[in-house]
Amino acid sequence: MTIPTSSIEQVIPGQGSMAQPATAKKARRQRFRFVSNKKAAVGLIILGVYLLIAVIGPWVAPYDPGARGNQLVQPPSADHWMGTTHLGQDVFSQLLVGTRSVIFVGFFAGIVATILSVLIGVTAGYVGGKTDEGLSALSNVFLVIPALPLIIIITSTLESAEDWLIALVIGLTSWSWNARVLRAQTLSLRRRDFVEAARATGERTWRVIVFELLPNLTAVIASGFVGTVIFAVLSEITLAFIGVTSATTWNWGTILFWAQGQQALAQNAWWWFVPAGLAIALLGTALSLINFGIDEFVSPRLRSMGKTKLKTASGKTVRMRIGFTPVLSNSPEPLTHASVTPVMKEVAP
Amino acid sequence: MKYFLQRLAFYLFTAWAAITLNFFIPRMIPGDPVQALITKYQGQLSSQAIDSLYVLFGLDKDANIWQEYVDYWGQLLRGDLGLSFTFFPTPVSEILASSLPWTLLLVGITTVISFFLGTSLGILAGWRRGSWADGLLPVTTFLSSVPYFWLGIIAIYLLTGPDSFFPSSGGFDSGLVPAWDQYFIPSAIQHSLLPALTILISSVSGWILSMRNMMVTVASEDYITVAHAKGLTDRRVAMSYAARNALLPNVSGFALSLGFIVGGTLLVEIVFSYPGVGFQLFQALGASDYPLMQGVFLIITISVLVANLLADIAYLLLDPRTRKEG
Amino acid sequence: MSEPVLEIRNLNVGYGLGDQAVRAVRDVNLTLHRGEVLGLAGESGSGKSTLAYGLTRLLPPPGVITGGQVIYHPADGPAYDVLGLSDRELREFRWNETAIVFQGAMNSLNPVHKISTQLTDVLRAHEPTMSEHSRNARAREMLKLVGIAADRMDAYPHQLSGGMRQRVMIGMALILQPQVVIMDEPTTALDVVMQRQILRQLIELRERLGFSVIFITHDLSLLVEFSNKIAIMYGGRIVEEAPASAIYRDSLHPYSAGLLGSFPALRGPRRELTGIPGSPPDLKGMPTGCSFHPRCPKAFDPCASNIPVLGRPDTPDGSTRSVACWLHPTAQPVGL
Repeated sequence: MTIPTSSIEQVIPGQGSMAQPATAKKARRQRFRFVSNKKAAVGLIILGVYLLIAVIGPWVAPYDPGARGNQLVQPPSADHWMGTTHLGQDVFSQLLVGTRSVIFVGFFAGIVATILSVLIGVTAGYVGGKTDEGLSALSNVFLVIPALPLIIIITSTLESAEDWLIALVIGLTSWSWNARVLRAQTLSLRRRDFVEAARATGERTWRVIVFELLPNLTAVIASGFVGTVIFAVLSEITLAFIGVTSATTWNWGTILFWAQGQQALAQNAWWWFVPAGLAIALLGTALSLINFGIDEFVSPRLRSMGKTKLKTASGKTVRMRIGFTPVLSNSPEPLTHASVTPVMKEVAP
Repeated sequence: MKYFLQRLAFYLFTAWAAITLNFFIPRMIPGDPVQALITKYQGQLSSQAIDSLYVLFGLDKDANIWQEYVDYWGQLLRGDLGLSFTFFPTPVSEILASSLPWTLLLVGITTVISFFLGTSLGILAGWRRGSWADGLLPVTTFLSSVPYFWLGIIAIYLLTGPDSFFPSSGGFDSGLVPAWDQYFIPSAIQHSLLPALTILISSVSGWILSMRNMMVTVASEDYITVAHAKGLTDRRVAMSYAARNALLPNVSGFALSLGFIVGGTLLVEIVFSYPGVGFQLFQALGASDYPLMQGVFLIITISVLVANLLADIAYLLLDPRTRKEG
Repeated sequence: MSEPVLEIRNLNVGYGLGDQAVRAVRDVNLTLHRGEVLGLAGESGSGKSTLAYGLTRLLPPPGVITGGQVIYHPADGPAYDVLGLSDRELREFRWNETAIVFQGAMNSLNPVHKISTQLTDVLRAHEPTMSEHSRNARAREMLKLVGIAADRMDAYPHQLSGGMRQRVMIGMALILQPQVVIMDEPTTALDVVMQRQILRQLIELRERLGFSVIFITHDLSLLVEFSNKIAIMYGGRIVEEAPASAIYRDSLHPYSAGLLGSFPALRGPRRELTGIPGSPPDLKGMPTGCSFHPRCPKAFDPCASNIPVLGRPDTPDGSTRSVACWLHPTAQPVGL
């Protein structure tokens, strides 16, 4: 549903930190630098809150999300912070309880897709030849077949649509983009000296892959994982919204399913569908922020440039831009703090 | 030309793969797939529907799976996708023929507009880096994280109503009959505005972000410095040098992301009860109309493949390096 | 030497602002005379490319020109400061008066446009009244000048070899008949034979067309062969400037001597290759005094604490050269 924002080409050139082999010490420093990226830090904090809710949600929820009450379709109040449904169920509790399923499906599908994409992408890129052709064709096929309709078709034939099964289907159908990126990255890494050296000294293939390639693919793999989690979360919610999965296991899509089915719009019951949507959007934003952080980490050109407006000596403001280097002062006098003072000549022997 | 033929072969292969998947998915259910579906839908299936399923899965005659597979292809090539049970006994192909134009027009036009609009804004944001255009980024990040269908719900909630210009559902006024005349066309356009806007808002952000990032990446290439050194106008450097090159990965990204985008846009049709294939898929789901679901999947996949081929042709025209070997 | 065409006065160029600011070019004074080939040499990080990009204001962010002047003397009319031009004036100045041939022959051409488009868009920008026919004719003429068949006009960059691409760049640089051509490592990516072939052609063209060249490279042997005058940069400063033959015969600065010792000479007697111990200074933490002193084999007391001034040495040919080194203390400051 979302367009992957990190395009393959951006990851390929091996600019910046990706260009060097990662040693343990350097990797640690880089990881620290990654967290110090503001976007990534904000994203990680928001994600942390969601993870916390996923764990404790069912315990702290004030009501049983399915329990009916007498207050039907009521706006937010002290009793029901996010109002109630047509059966008097508490929307806030549904949201809290539903978080676990969303996070579970997102991460489970993300893990499945990441394992597949690493296996297929790295193998294709490293082994090359016919294997590469076959695996690339396979990932391209999965890439162009519209994933969501395929997932709908598959899940609608399943007898039971439990969360882990849904997550498995999503994971099995959404690995292709990452596999493609990883293949390209592996191809460019394979030609680097340190990998060539390891191969030339007769290192075993699996050792080269695990110890030389994978550490340098960490950022790309992480970015792919985060991207798949976004896709999986949106897919699960979509499946629940159109009623493919069970309407009694709570997730944010289920809330929207009931809101849509029970004419929440016609009843002006905004509290019924707004919170779930915002929860999705905020989770998606957090995950995207993490990915921007990874993108900027991998490709330093994308980092924001900090201060771009400058004051010249004559008090004018100029902007830093490509092609026109700002001139702060064009006086013929040497810079006072930089000029060579004649005193020095007296010291000369 | 060689490149084009390679791509064509690939899409034919993918179409074959999709059709084969479509054939095998229901047959992978252990035991009798019809019985499994009957269990799944807990007696909601009519006897007609059950008969139709047996015909669809080739279980009415005693044939092995390869024979079935060959028969399935035969049916497909005759344009026979089985009978829908929601609209029994209308053939699935007829339902698709009437709903596909709606989707093609809505999703097709909107996606193309979205691509061009997002790309233009992305050029601006990437070229004028550090200016007001950077303010677009947080907004676009948020918007691209919103599910399409939820944005549709919000649009209906905020913008439609008894006095509103925007209708909240359908593809045209209920009193009209689809025809190319002065009553029907304006009504159809009026009904498509809000769904189109919804798709546009949620899909444009992705293009802005990716084009902006490509512009930033391309801006540090040597040929951009050369273009500045040549004293060309800022506009020419930005468009003919930077954007022209940044566009290439964005076009191939367009082709690759079509599958993702189309999935999301189908949901918008559901929210607006827009008479396209997405809405048919929704109805098919509700009525356990398996032949219709399969038909919708096939037609969507084939449309996406054709769109991909078109994007490839565009890429071919844009990048001289791919047409080297004529 | 004839009259000056480009005078760099106290040019200071840096990267970034505030605490993170780095000074990459420091108080550089340099004069390019009409018809001269001025070589600029130094290790990577010495500031030679920053100087070239800085004086044309092409340094990408976060590059900043913090002070100085670049006085340009046009063929007719009064001299002016390039750093004081408005964006529009600068655009007009570029390529008309100074053209640049860049380091990466591979990436200097726009991959999606034909050679002809990239040659003629300069003309379109600078001579809008020129007809399309004469633009094309001019472009063909330039290709012929650098030895490329006119039928390559419709070729795309990827269809040309590295050497041909660099020739196209040289042809493009000369299309408006500029007075100054700046060449930044123009032949680094090419093989040795191709390097010399292209440079010889360029020198020939210079004799014919009369432009001046600023030739930047880390390959001092190329400079000795092809330039009239050589300026050696270290740590953002010019440490020695002298006629090419003088640098080759008896360089005064120990760094120049070190640079010369690290390249095999194409002509002249064989000698041992030595190289310079240590590595170029970090621009963020420049050593005090003479920035070369930690690596200098001849460093003594004042070197670590005081910055030597670029001045005329008291050698017999002292009036034609300058050096910034405490070994030549009586040097009279040059520049202003």
